[in-house]
Amino acid sequence: MRESLLQVRDLCVHYPIQGKLFQPKTTLKAVDGVSFDIECGRTFGIVGESGSGKSTTALAVMRLAPVSAGEVRLGDSPISSLQGEALRTERKRFQMVFQDPFASLNPRVRAGQAIRDALDLMAVGEPGQRDALARTLFLQTGLRPEQMQLFPHQFSGGQRQRIALARALAGRPELLVCDEPVSALDVAIQAQILNLMQRLQKELRLTYLFISHDLGVIRHMCDDIAVMYLGQFVERATREDLFAQPLHPYTLALWSAAPSMASRNQQRKLRIRLQGDPPSPLQVPSGCRFAGRCPFAEDACRASPPALREVRPGHHVACHRVSDSGQALYPLPTVS
Amino acid sequence: MSSMSNTAPAHLTSPAVPLLEVRALSVAFQTRGGTAHVLEDIHLHLRRGETLGLVGESGCGKSITALALMRLIPQPPGRITAGQVLFEGQDLLQLPEAQMRHVRGNRISMIFQEPMTSLNPAYTVGDQIMEPVRLHQGLDAHAALARAIDMLKAVGIPDAERRVHQYPHQFSGGMRQRVMIAMALACQPDVLIADEPTTALDVTVQAQIFDLISDLRERTGTAVLLITHDMGAVAEMTDRVAVMYAGRMVEEGPTDLILSRPCHPYTQGLIACAPGHDTPSHGEPLQEIPGSVPSLLERHGGCTFAERCSHVQARCHTSVPPSTWVQPGHRVMCWLYPEGAPHA
Repeated sequence: MRESLLQVRDLCVHYPIQGKLFQPKTTLKAVDGVSFDIECGRTFGIVGESGSGKSTTALAVMRLAPVSAGEVRLGDSPISSLQGEALRTERKRFQMVFQDPFASLNPRVRAGQAIRDALDLMAVGEPGQRDALARTLFLQTGLRPEQMQLFPHQFSGGQRQRIALARALAGRPELLVCDEPVSALDVAIQAQILNLMQRLQKELRLTYLFISHDLGVIRHMCDDIAVMYLGQFVERATREDLFAQPLHPYTLALWSAAPSMASRNQQRKLRIRLQGDPPSPLQVPSGCRFAGRCPFAEDACRASPPALREVRPGHHVACHRVSDSGQALYPLPTVS
Repeated sequence: MSSMSNTAPAHLTSPAVPLLEVRALSVAFQTRGGTAHVLEDIHLHLRRGETLGLVGESGCGKSITALALMRLIPQPPGRITAGQVLFEGQDLLQLPEAQMRHVRGNRISMIFQEPMTSLNPAYTVGDQIMEPVRLHQGLDAHAALARAIDMLKAVGIPDAERRVHQYPHQFSGGMRQRVMIAMALACQPDVLIADEPTTALDVTVQAQIFDLISDLRERTGTAVLLITHDMGAVAEMTDRVAVMYAGRMVEEGPTDLILSRPCHPYTQGLIACAPGHDTPSHGEPLQEIPGSVPSLLERHGGCTFAERCSHVQARCHTSVPPSTWVQPGHRVMCWLYPEGAPHA
């Protein structure tokens, strides 16, 4: 077991919502008690549906969303409590790639200048060397140095995501937080960017926090995976365990909902079909948050929230209907 | 079997005359940079009760194909330069607009990608479902309301009697897409065109919408043209699939065949490059399709995929590959299959 680079403990991001006239204030619990570690050089994935809090978790780690409670540590550095200049200088060590490369690049700044600006801001190397550094970053991310003079609109989506990667790598970070980095791209381009990210991870010994809603992408990229629902992890395990033996009913439902080429031949595959939409994070149910949509919920599930507990080495699940030895106590889905 | 030209009549491959047939459809858009050849020589057919997938990357022309069928292409700048759209043997492109209106929304209807923007926020969902019914089928307000409630029930919206009087903002994304489907199916159309109907939705909600479309198709016999970029959705939903690339069809055939033995290098790439959630990954790089989609403005004589193809030959750059039947019902446009003999 290698040393963990990022440690997140009981992270909460709560937003106060101003009530309407004569109505009390409420709290939107976007992230509500999330803990995980990422070891050096590994990729930790968070998968979930929209509104589950996976992007907010990423933003809170980046200190771009307010941390209401809990702690985030990067190595020895308590990044959740740093302020001002101390935070700014520490930012070199953790950088982010956003989903939409059309929105995350300034349309009026030439691609080379965008990289150069990042190098200048973080004071990487001597000023005289920075143009050469920018060229190196361009080459590393599969762009041609002569493209440094172009504006963002002259690049395709995949190329823009390469620029975003080059910019994020400018400060030679240890941790790269990637929020849906390929969701805006076509599948053929997706593969190029995912391969590039894996190559860069090896070459630069990067650690990734990887957010995606796409199970295929998550499975391909991540060593450890957490499934998130309404602000909390419902299951967390290694990739192998999670895909071989998913335990939480929500994980099973996600797996069975995702259309796939491989399952076509199993005429009617094992499936759990969920009814309805996820509830609003403003009205979080008092018991298990998934109980309202769970086909296997019992009275106990609605009464008290289950804790995330380790049922097998490295495999954590928050469900009343999974035994302490990691056996599902609910009937496994039948062929319908 | 021997090579056939791409004008081979569809009845050679299917027993019945198709409900909808697109022949040699070409669409061009006039832009400041020149003429963009958005669609070139598209052939499709759709039989009653079947689901045809139209798959490709963004910009390949799949949505424009759907809009052209419905005669909804903005003209200018767009123009249908050639081809026929035969619906029960009648060419929709030649119909007067007044008659086309009886087809659109009545016999052929469409669901769009964005349920948020394609519903009118100022009218109740009931009003919007009732409009096509009253217009096309002449139902009175009372009967139309009853139909609207029935449709909402059919698409699985609980408490339909109350919900029919609500506005779109009172519905969630998945529920709005159900309303769109209810609206599209209210007149019991023969053809339903679904343009990326679940792209804006979460995966568990997508599964509900797919189940709904499949159920309704089985019950009503409506033919479905499903436009998607997702090979998983193709596998889950379709009987046949047509693959498009840069405005041209590159391969068409039964979904089982195309997924298990794709012929065109582009189709092969499209299938191989998407990581699947139920296939183990061993840390190997994904198969890439190098480069990116060519501009539709600069057309040379050859295959549009030639620049990115790993099997490229000299003639790929100079002449457009013919459409070859590699098996009955399975057609590919690629110089690797010049004589119709299946190659490994």
